[in-house]
Amino acid sequence: MNVILKVWRQKDAKAKGEFVTYPANGISDEMSFLEMLDVVNEGLIEKGQEPIAFDHDCREGICGTCGFVINGRPHGPRAKTTVCQLHMRSFKDGDTLTIEPWRAEAFPVVKDLVVDRGAFDRIIAAGGFITAPTGGAPDGNTILVPKENSDLAMDAAACIGCGACVAACPNASAMLFVSAKISQLALLPQGQPERWDRVRNMVAQMDAESFGSCTNHGECEAACPKGIRVEFIARMNADFVKASATAGRRAGGGDGGTG
Amino acid sequence: MKLESNVPSGPLEKKWEKHRFEMKLVNPANKRKYSVIMIGSGLAGAGGAASMAELGYQVKCFCYQDSPRRAHSIAAQGGINAAKNYPNDGDSVYRLFYDTIKGGDFRAREANVYRLAEVSNNIIDQCVAQGVPFAREYGGLLDNRSFGGAQVSRTFYARGQTGQQLLLGAYQALERQIGLGRVEMFTRHEMQELIVVDGRARGVVVRDMVTGALETHMADAVCLATGGYGNVFYLATYAKGCNTTAIWRAYKKGAAFANPCFTQIHPTCIPVTGDYQSKLTLMSESLRNDGRIWVPKAKGDKRAPGQIPEAERDYYLERMYPSFGNLAPRDIASRAAKRVCDEGRGVGPTGLGVYLDFQAAIERLGKKKIEEKYGNLFEMYERITDENPYRVPMRIYPATHYTMGGLWVDYNLMSTIPGLFVLGEANFSDHGANRLGASALMQGLADGYFIIPYTISNYLAREKFAPVAADHPEVRAAEAAVADRTKRLLSIGGKRTVTSFHRELGKIMWEHCGMARDKKGLEHGMGKIPGLREEFWKNLTVPGSGAELNQSLEHAGRVADFLELGELMCLDALERDESCGCHFRTEHQMSDGEAKRNDQDYCHVAAWEYTGDGKKPNRNVEPLTYENLELAVRSYK
Repeated sequence: MNVILKVWRQKDAKAKGEFVTYPANGISDEMSFLEMLDVVNEGLIEKGQEPIAFDHDCREGICGTCGFVINGRPHGPRAKTTVCQLHMRSFKDGDTLTIEPWRAEAFPVVKDLVVDRGAFDRIIAAGGFITAPTGGAPDGNTILVPKENSDLAMDAAACIGCGACVAACPNASAMLFVSAKISQLALLPQGQPERWDRVRNMVAQMDAESFGSCTNHGECEAACPKGIRVEFIARMNADFVKASATAGRRAGGGDGGTG
Repeated sequence: MKLESNVPSGPLEKKWEKHRFEMKLVNPANKRKYSVIMIGSGLAGAGGAASMAELGYQVKCFCYQDSPRRAHSIAAQGGINAAKNYPNDGDSVYRLFYDTIKGGDFRAREANVYRLAEVSNNIIDQCVAQGVPFAREYGGLLDNRSFGGAQVSRTFYARGQTGQQLLLGAYQALERQIGLGRVEMFTRHEMQELIVVDGRARGVVVRDMVTGALETHMADAVCLATGGYGNVFYLATYAKGCNTTAIWRAYKKGAAFANPCFTQIHPTCIPVTGDYQSKLTLMSESLRNDGRIWVPKAKGDKRAPGQIPEAERDYYLERMYPSFGNLAPRDIASRAAKRVCDEGRGVGPTGLGVYLDFQAAIERLGKKKIEEKYGNLFEMYERITDENPYRVPMRIYPATHYTMGGLWVDYNLMSTIPGLFVLGEANFSDHGANRLGASALMQGLADGYFIIPYTISNYLAREKFAPVAADHPEVRAAEAAVADRTKRLLSIGGKRTVTSFHRELGKIMWEHCGMARDKKGLEHGMGKIPGLREEFWKNLTVPGSGAELNQSLEHAGRVADFLELGELMCLDALERDESCGCHFRTEHQMSDGEAKRNDQDYCHVAAWEYTGDGKKPNRNVEPLTYENLELAVRSYK
């Protein structure tokens, strides 16, 4: 099949970007979207032109490195699928595909389709962990976790940190990403001691990174390649309200951890 | 070159305990005076960087990805082994040790493997404490499943995303240290050169991949946790960015490279479909718990799988290895798949594929249970192949997945360059000639959480470190070498793309140094590589400049190193004139086609020493002595 690509090209963070049109001819159904871009890039390099820069690594949908917007949809048209796992059979011969980077103030463009998602790391550094220095852990089976909680925590933990939720949100909010980590750790007994500080610190960092607020559009859930649900945002909000109301007045510790 | 394994004396069970007592310590107040560089942020890198920072060392950590959370450990699916014996099925530290040595076909160090089995239990505890959501039983206890090469259930898992969850645990511990200012993190930075001063590793030259700037970082010790080099085959289950550059630079600075030909070909990957293909995707070994592997009994049987009656199917692993069946170790399962395909019984459009069938398991356990266990893997398979594995069997074929070879290290994980430590897949230790499933995660975390924090203290406490001047001749030389190499790559001005060279190298390696090897083929492969390398340096084209994000330049630097490594792998495979584990020399096989080891001549580690470009490297030998286990023929029948 043949498709037309309109790709956002931007030399670096400071340059002004623009859409450039490239034909992609002789594309096979079996190719992944990134393999199609590989073919286009090989052609550009052979002509002595600079290839389209895009982030990617594992190409099996787990590392969260890849991601851009195809025809207005983060990661393209297929539900629960990263662009590296999206195949050209999802498109038709003659389609025009507009490809652009994640658009968010907190994710500045580095080059072409590559953005800087360092804000996510800084949010985790602000509190997205359980303080458990190496060495002192008790036997794993001394901590009982109800299977339902464990499964729900795993649903939240499946987040790959790709940033599609931010790109999909009209407000460029990072609430789905932040709430997934907060919910995972709040659902587990191990996460209770730091539960309230965690939610306050992570939310404060999220705000400092100039992500927008959540106004319940739900676009994030629709765009998430891992099916992270907005119910986690509700859990985060509940924890945040409680944490804010009781800040400085607690004896410390959690409430037993049913979340 | 002298290879001192530094394995402590005394009984196997007491070695690590004794060693920990004998190692020198650094006083807590003095730890902040020492600095350590960690290259890589996977399980070993992130785990090691976080653990060393927790102790108080000043740590700088580097990764080529845009976040440490994306290191390729994240892609491990199935699980992590530990000798907890929670299922009450007869497991023990000694059994895990035995299974790992046997699985590696008796080509690993006893003491290292025993220590690995010993700390495996601590790893599970550590990960649980960090909030890793391992699978649970209804009563809240941890659940286990089975993996290849073992007859006990000792594998802990988090759905089909165990590597992801373990890595996120280590990443969160690392981010905590970054937030506390104890680790300085450098993302999108790739190591280009090692700096050795007065015979000790003291620093690195890295490239800032966004600005192109070359930076020099100095420290008292350097750790490499940069993963495996399987992308030498071009098509592999590795992430696209995985490379050999860090360990190859270290090799050329004097670190011995051990057993480079030991590469694992994983039996269950999605088959190749076309020339444009950029990578291969693994289907977790855990699927072999419930999936049955078969091909038609008749050659060239092109009927749809559902049309082939039970009596005309050959469940060849169950037939050949009745006691381990579909859970035979990876090297054995891969070779068996190759054999049936070579016989003309392979399935799918290319004939290079076998069925992995879940029909019996779905009938026995119900679709819901199968979905719970493997749902995400089934979805991934369907996305890639457009076939529904609940209805038709998966098609799978072996693909490069892991490298057991790597930089030689002693019991302390130190290479032959003092002060250069190597962790995780980047080193050669523990897995011998074949790695069992669910033990890569175990080794990465063992090295990072529980070994390097002790052994690095011992090194730092015993040495004296004066600051190295920024204009020290070794520093200047390393910086100049990197700048020169970058300039050279950009100025060739030829016609061929990096990918075309990489693909061609991969074909040579797969054909001549892949699942089955022989003298003639290896010599042929070795003959082809120098010519390809020469053409690379004459006819490569790399657009753009060195002063910006330039993905072609990054790839070119990596492929330049693969083009040298590939030749060493062939040489190692040629000179190891026996079959063992993954290394199958067709000249050496039993009457039933199993690998025939030669313990008389090859019960050793081959550690290659660089002697200059274009010169044959020296083959040094570390003999392997088995004091506890008897060298036996590996049987899974």
